Amino acid sequence: MVDHAQNRQTTGVPKIIVKDLMILYGNKTILRDVNLEIKENEIFGIIGPANSGKTSLLRALNRMDDMTAGMKVTGDIIFSGKRLQAWKNLYALRQRIGVVFPLPVGLPLSVFDNVALSPRLRGIRNQADLQVIVERCLRRAALWDEVKDRLHSLGSLLSGGQQQRLTIARALSQEPELLLLDEFSIAVDPVTTMRIEDVLKELRHELTIVLVTNLVQQARRLADRTAFFLKGECVEINETEKIFTRQAKDPRTMDYVEGRFG
Amino acid sequence: MTFEATELNIRNKKMEKLFRILFLMMTLLLILPVLIIICLLLAEGHEALSVDFFLTAPQNGMTAGGIFPALVGTLWLVAIALLVSVPLGVAAALYLSEYAPDNWLTRIINLAIVNLAGVPSIVHALFGVGAFVLFFGFGTSILAASFTLAIMTLPVVIVSTRESLQAVPLAFREACWNMGATRWQTIRHVVLPNSISGILTGIILEVSRSVGETAPIMFTGAAFFLPFLPQSVFDQTMALSLHLFVISTQVPGVPEHLPFGVALVLIGIVLLLNSISIAFRMYLRGKKKW
Repeated sequence: MVDHAQNRQTTGVPKIIVKDLMILYGNKTILRDVNLEIKENEIFGIIGPANSGKTSLLRALNRMDDMTAGMKVTGDIIFSGKRLQAWKNLYALRQRIGVVFPLPVGLPLSVFDNVALSPRLRGIRNQADLQVIVERCLRRAALWDEVKDRLHSLGSLLSGGQQQRLTIARALSQEPELLLLDEFSIAVDPVTTMRIEDVLKELRHELTIVLVTNLVQQARRLADRTAFFLKGECVEINETEKIFTRQAKDPRTMDYVEGRFG
Repeated sequence: MTFEATELNIRNKKMEKLFRILFLMMTLLLILPVLIIICLLLAEGHEALSVDFFLTAPQNGMTAGGIFPALVGTLWLVAIALLVSVPLGVAAALYLSEYAPDNWLTRIINLAIVNLAGVPSIVHALFGVGAFVLFFGFGTSILAASFTLAIMTLPVVIVSTRESLQAVPLAFREACWNMGATRWQTIRHVVLPNSISGILTGIILEVSRSVGETAPIMFTGAAFFLPFLPQSVFDQTMALSLHLFVISTQVPGVPEHLPFGVALVLIGIVLLLNSISIAFRMYLRGKKKW
């Protein structure tokens, strides 16, 4: 349970710094007073019950507020040393951030095209290059062996668990610096979940991962540090081990991880 | 514990049956007029139909001969109307569905489209005279008539296209946006390929409707009688719908089977186009990708 924390080197450099973040939908405050730092090459877990603002935080990190009617973000988010609000080209920003949603989204394109879409959007046209990228990403998402013979059948017809790995492969094809995972295992069977978790453990060497999860034990298995969100507030950020070994700072965190509410 | 139907259960079941039959009868009633119209036209008009009927011009003061110039004219009118209304309508629908923020401008545009759809065709005709015939100086011509038809069909093209676009799940768009795709890239790679069938179906239905329109073209470019075919888009032309109106009300001594024959051809074109559209939709639904 603990071993992963030791043989990892987080550089300690902050990848994301969130300062006084507040998120509103219309007049409704979804998230307020969030201050946190996510270090490079760490898996940062976020746990908390529904409506605690976890997903909204991810949307803000990816600047999807720009595409979402009524969503307003105040405060500062610094990504790779640069304020998100200062990014002129949001499309370039989002290319550097991969996102995986709760429900798998196999685009109604072939498996190959699903993974080749992002490289194509970046202007890679050479078929041989695309094939290399597609194979690499599908392998890393532990899907290659299952789909290598039907790369040209529709991605949206794969099973739920396969589609979720396809979504991960697609995110990886962006060659992201940051991977945002939003309750990725909600529609995935436990075996596939474990396979994806193994994939994530591999990926942590190359990129920074923010893992929003409704499975408390998943955060325990994967995250270096974990934040507990409740009703739009960040209650606690702590070493994952501390949170799960009754050393949490806040009694509400303890109650939540021990299943006393939520 | 026994499971026996109570009196209320039995009554509910009876009511269920009653309403089912009632609604079925109402629905069957709808088919009746269509059947009667087609049977009547077939009975009265079939003797007019022949290869010559399609390939010769009207003769003897339109009391004999065929419909060739009118048929060709209708094709001209509909084709040019399509060339105008499809790009305009699809572009507008794309803007409204994929780009437009929910603000007062969008709401005004939507309101305008709904109102445009409700304008009577004779009013479109007068607008066409004022705008295209006189103001733009097209004269009474195919161009003016086609533009008038296009304006009339535009709202329906926009609405049907927008509905096809909206049928593509938002999750697909979000997945694309999240990987850094622009709205246009998302449209081109994901939204359009998955809505094109619905868009085309809407357009075919629109064509079949404009084939039969009479009012918008009668002041703007359709002629009472022209023995020759139009040479350019600035010529007037005959059209099937107006021809039918003319020979059934304006010309004395037309044998009865002639207008019925024209009507039969008109309805035949409409039914043909509708069947193509339905077949097309069924084919593409079989290939539905999610």
